[in-house]
Amino acid sequence: MSGSLINDLVNPVEPFLRSDRMPHIWCPGCGIGTTVNSFARALIDSKIDLRSLALVSGIGCTGRVAGYVKLDSFHTTHGRAIPFATGLKLANPKLNVVVYSGDGDLSAIGGNHLIHAARRNIDLKVICVNNLLYAMTGGQTAPTTPDHSTTSTNPYGVFEPSFNLPHLVEAAGAVYVARWTTFHVRQITRAMTEAFQKKGFSFIEIISPCPTLYQRRNKLGDGLDAMKYYKEKSKVRHGAPTSEVGMTMTGEIIVGKFVDRERPDYQTMMRAQYTESLGERYVEEPEMVCDCS
Amino acid sequence: MKADPHGVLTGTHFMDGDHACCEGALAAGCRFASGYPITPSTEVVERFASRVPTVGGAFIQMEDELAASITLQGAVWAGAKAFTVTSGPGFSLMMEHIGYAAMTETPCVFVDVQRGGPSTGLPTLPAQADMMQARWGSHGDYEIIALCPNSPQECFDLTIKAFNLAEEYRVPVMFMMDECVGHMTEKVVIPPADQIEVVPRRHTKKSVDDYLPYGTNGDLVPEMAHAGDGYNFHVTGLTHDERGYPDMTLPTQDKLVRRLQNKILNAVDRITITEEEQIEGADVVVVSYGITSRVAQRAIEAARKQGLRVGKLRLITAWPFPEKKIRELAAKVKAFVVPELNLGQMVREVERAAAGQAKTFAVSHAGGGVHDPKDILKVIVEASRCQAV
Amino acid sequence: MAKGRVSIVVERCKACGFCVEFCPTRVLALSSAFNSKGYHPPHVVHPEKCSGCDLCGMYCPDFAIFATKADPVKAGDK
Repeated sequence: MSGSLINDLVNPVEPFLRSDRMPHIWCPGCGIGTTVNSFARALIDSKIDLRSLALVSGIGCTGRVAGYVKLDSFHTTHGRAIPFATGLKLANPKLNVVVYSGDGDLSAIGGNHLIHAARRNIDLKVICVNNLLYAMTGGQTAPTTPDHSTTSTNPYGVFEPSFNLPHLVEAAGAVYVARWTTFHVRQITRAMTEAFQKKGFSFIEIISPCPTLYQRRNKLGDGLDAMKYYKEKSKVRHGAPTSEVGMTMTGEIIVGKFVDRERPDYQTMMRAQYTESLGERYVEEPEMVCDCS
Repeated sequence: MKADPHGVLTGTHFMDGDHACCEGALAAGCRFASGYPITPSTEVVERFASRVPTVGGAFIQMEDELAASITLQGAVWAGAKAFTVTSGPGFSLMMEHIGYAAMTETPCVFVDVQRGGPSTGLPTLPAQADMMQARWGSHGDYEIIALCPNSPQECFDLTIKAFNLAEEYRVPVMFMMDECVGHMTEKVVIPPADQIEVVPRRHTKKSVDDYLPYGTNGDLVPEMAHAGDGYNFHVTGLTHDERGYPDMTLPTQDKLVRRLQNKILNAVDRITITEEEQIEGADVVVVSYGITSRVAQRAIEAARKQGLRVGKLRLITAWPFPEKKIRELAAKVKAFVVPELNLGQMVREVERAAAGQAKTFAVSHAGGGVHDPKDILKVIVEASRCQAV
Repeated sequence: MAKGRVSIVVERCKACGFCVEFCPTRVLALSSAFNSKGYHPPHVVHPEKCSGCDLCGMYCPDFAIFATKADPVKAGDK
């Protein structure tokens, strides 16, 4: 049904998609699909072993990514993609585990897990598609909603300060922190490729349009208008102090790679500690895979 | 198949229920636990944390029970046998993920060492007031299996059984201990590994093209694959079809949810474990479980000394509830007496199953200690004297 | 002779306009045709200007368009 084959030519990202589920449910002009496009290209560029790649998502529009990628993929509960991913990774350290979820899922209900996974430096690649609100449920305020914007639960304007996610995850301990917008397709791919190769907790925030709710309610046009705003108002500042990258509704968007540092990841530290305490008695996680029929 | 000897602490031990539960998990092949400290369950994972680095495996103390209850499920999908351990307040937090395990058919064990409630209640004192919650705690229609050990020895033996049932039926199993059984120290005999039967993971042997993650061929339990095996499968908590893809339509919902139910209910006879004593010819049958069954034993013996014909039915599996057994008994006995450390939970099931063919007497207790056997005896005597239905 | 060639999966398109806007050489425009969902998919108006850069493909949120070099390397060969 997908009709992806045109004159014998196949979209290079097609092998990564569940073509039998296309077209997807995301709205016209929504940026999530664009991020998935960049993701697929990162898989190609990094030559990552797809068999050992697992993708975990939470609930929300971005959460639906798990259902559209042709990988071992897990659509879990709201806010809990990171702990599920932690379990996958600890039980099979050979897996490369990507968490792909939205701003509300990761920073509100999932906030606790976000900060602890970053603190522990669990080897996870977290892709946070930030459309500045809860989209799937109809456009409610999220911790990332810029102030003075209109949402369905702040119909007279948001007055809460919003999270600066790069700042939050850097403070919590993430080793790789970058922000791009869906306009920056090539940079997103490059950031993802870098994150795949880096051990530890990586966090890539991607600002993405929600035309149906955020754009429309705030009279900011459609998805294309958002993309043009990103193009015009993004400012690349690699290495910028994350305390300075907070966002407003129509102001500058600081993008770039903010943090790229080295810290031993959770499993490295765990092994070191057990080896020191137990010496030869330590049995390093052999295959935790149980006996199968 | 036989247990892996690395996890089996063969020998005769003097051990409390919490510790025995941990050893049972290891003997069953469990190599992953995620937990969060909560009295009176913490010792289970404390022991696991100290055992796994020399057995092979991992324990992680998560930041809350919301995380702990799903981290273990990630480990299961990566190939491990996994469990978590908690008590009342944590059990409440875990409910969403128990439902997720039921919906995604993730084989795993949730241990609830019950304590006084509701809310913070009596952290260090026993109760049995989470029994209905074990069955109905998460939203929606689903089935679980629940086991109730009444001794540290059973905490060892039945934990193995819990893991085996989880694998066989691809269902989350609730291991309903209580603070008394968890903290009492008794002799626990752990046999050699080759005397322990362990059910392996139902891993598919189908090819990538033929495998349907939730397809069943008649047997209501689908075969599993693990992340990294190359099947590119999708797991979701949304209502899904046999491919595992979300399909939120009425026919798919009907098919899926009824299969999840029938998977367990069709197998009630094979799953149910009870201990019965002098049921033949009994006027009154005392139905009990967990620590209360040991207290009830004293009352039953006292009643028999008085010449009363009292049978004992101990629920080792509390869920799925053995309705048929109770219904059949109800036709033959005058009454059931159901002592529990709660204000009436499993007694409702007994009454429902009895369907009016026999009377049902609850011996309730608000929790915090065990019954005085005299209180149970009093009700047994009253039940014996009641008019038959 | 164009350096690149655009392929459009008409039925997937939701007419967001990203490809039209971000094609560096303005190869595309939204057509007046409809797909079965009622969207106007893009069509190639200046095929000779296509360089095969595949920015259209990179931007498309619906995997509905991609460009290949004129001497097409099939996706299987990498």
